Amino acid sequence: MDPVTMPPTVPSNPKPQQAGQGEARATVVAHAAPRMVTEGITVLYGKTVGVHDVSLTFRDKTVTALIGPSGCGKTTFLRALNRMHDLSRGVKVTGKAVLDGQDIYANGVDPVTIRRRIGMVFQKPTPFPTMSIYDNVVAGLKLVGIRDRALLDEVAERSLRQAALWEEVEDRLRAPASGISGGQQQRLSIARALAVEAEVLLMDEPTSSLDPQSTMRIEELIQELKNTVTIVIVTHNMQQAARVSDYTAFFYEGDLVEVSDTNTMFTNPKQRRTNDYITGRFG
Amino acid sequence: MAVTAPATGSAAPPAAAPRGLATVTPEHLRRRYRRDRFMIGLLVLATAAVLVPLLIIVWYVVSNGISAVLTFDFYTQDLGSPARALQGRPTGLGHTILGTIVVDALALLIAVPIGVGAGIMLSEYPDHPLNPVLRILNDTLNGMPAILKGLLAFSLIVKPMGTFSGISGAVALAFVMLPIIARATEGVLRIIPWSIREAGLALGLPRWRVVLNTVLPAARVGVVTGILIAFARAAGEAAPLLFTSFGNNFFSSTPLRYLMGPVDTLPARLYSLAISPYKEWHAMGWGAAVILLVLVIVTFVGTRIVTRARHATDL
Repeated sequence: MDPVTMPPTVPSNPKPQQAGQGEARATVVAHAAPRMVTEGITVLYGKTVGVHDVSLTFRDKTVTALIGPSGCGKTTFLRALNRMHDLSRGVKVTGKAVLDGQDIYANGVDPVTIRRRIGMVFQKPTPFPTMSIYDNVVAGLKLVGIRDRALLDEVAERSLRQAALWEEVEDRLRAPASGISGGQQQRLSIARALAVEAEVLLMDEPTSSLDPQSTMRIEELIQELKNTVTIVIVTHNMQQAARVSDYTAFFYEGDLVEVSDTNTMFTNPKQRRTNDYITGRFG
Repeated sequence: MAVTAPATGSAAPPAAAPRGLATVTPEHLRRRYRRDRFMIGLLVLATAAVLVPLLIIVWYVVSNGISAVLTFDFYTQDLGSPARALQGRPTGLGHTILGTIVVDALALLIAVPIGVGAGIMLSEYPDHPLNPVLRILNDTLNGMPAILKGLLAFSLIVKPMGTFSGISGAVALAFVMLPIIARATEGVLRIIPWSIREAGLALGLPRWRVVLNTVLPAARVGVVTGILIAFARAAGEAAPLLFTSFGNNFFSSTPLRYLMGPVDTLPARLYSLAISPYKEWHAMGWGAAVILLVLVIVTFVGTRIVTRARHATDL
């Protein structure tokens, strides 16, 4: 990567554009407080820079979309937000990711506790193949020793309702999770993350392996979940970013190029690169 | 530009080039089908090459041993001295079958937890400093001659105890099983998609929980198969037992003595009967071989059925 050809970056512009510049979308929570703030997150794969010095703010109960061409670092950045890189050999993360005033990369912070607060939904639905639907939903509780039947039942129902899956699986909770459709499995994965009361939900292209109808259901679900959780979604689909998000961040070659409220981003981007990407000139 | 058919290897010869690669004539298709049938034929031959010797062995063993195993005494009596067989008095391998079950079961009990644990270590914790050491040790153990494993168990258990014993035989057989189970477990765990581990970790589950409750269950059938292969291999080994469980011509006087004293096992007994000078004992040796075959086959088929049934209900 030749640094000279890199596009201009926004080195530290943690605050998204205030609503009011341009037309604010109705869905934007006007002055939502920051929930999670990253400061200079850099991810290195050996000597290769995956993500370079990204500072972003995720506001409480909003949806932030991360967009950009393949290999731009958006997924790498997303995975840095709940310390998923800890497990990969040779991956180094520097910088801060502050959740409610606490840097999740600070010494002594247990990644396991962090991941209970910051849930993740992956590109492909990942139900645990040997478990029933019910056991999948409560896996995060049951496997840490919670045995209270009534509590588990309650959490399972609440989470499945939140994930808009309850009606479809209510009468077959004991059936194997691998037996439901891909879209249902993806909502099951969301329910599973909600069951441990995740406050922030990271979604890595959650609809890219789903059909249009399942995609629509997930998008509707995101709109509902926004009332309770803060969502960061990586998407390849710009229409999706425009439909579901309040804020959009554009990544290119490991850099955060531009971030603003979604409406501004798609109507009046500041950077030429952004404009080229969203108008389909490359990517 | 014509839309070309998907590339199908060398099926379209250059001679047909003028018609373009897009055209698939009936002649081409016939040729492809012929080639397909030819390849299937080769595979059938290869399968036969594996199956025929196996069937010959089974038939040969069963036809020679069937007369011995169809007697009641074979299962209820112990061997005693050759005189019993020569004079037509009751004799059998009841004590051998019992001893084999005790020694093999104990060997499994020792080898399965350690072997599966080592397999988990090899597959799931590649960055752990002990990992490369474990890998070298495991490979060495795998390549070590079985008789040396017997010697190892001899010096570890028989010497300190002062007697040959079922326990030492089980430990020797566990050394045979261990590296096979560890390798098999590592192999199947590696096949389980990484995404399952990430999904577990993303729920805030500790690493070991993720492995034990999500990865290992998904790999269950493969792990069980690996254990069976190890068991089948160890059940047939005579060498490690020669100076560990040693052998015994009689039922032990107390159940505890199956563990603490010398016991008979089928492979070792098969050998001693075969090299004996008595025709009657040779027949019993064939009988021992039949039982050994049945033991291995029943274990395989039985466990297959059990894992499949479980698989169908919880998966």
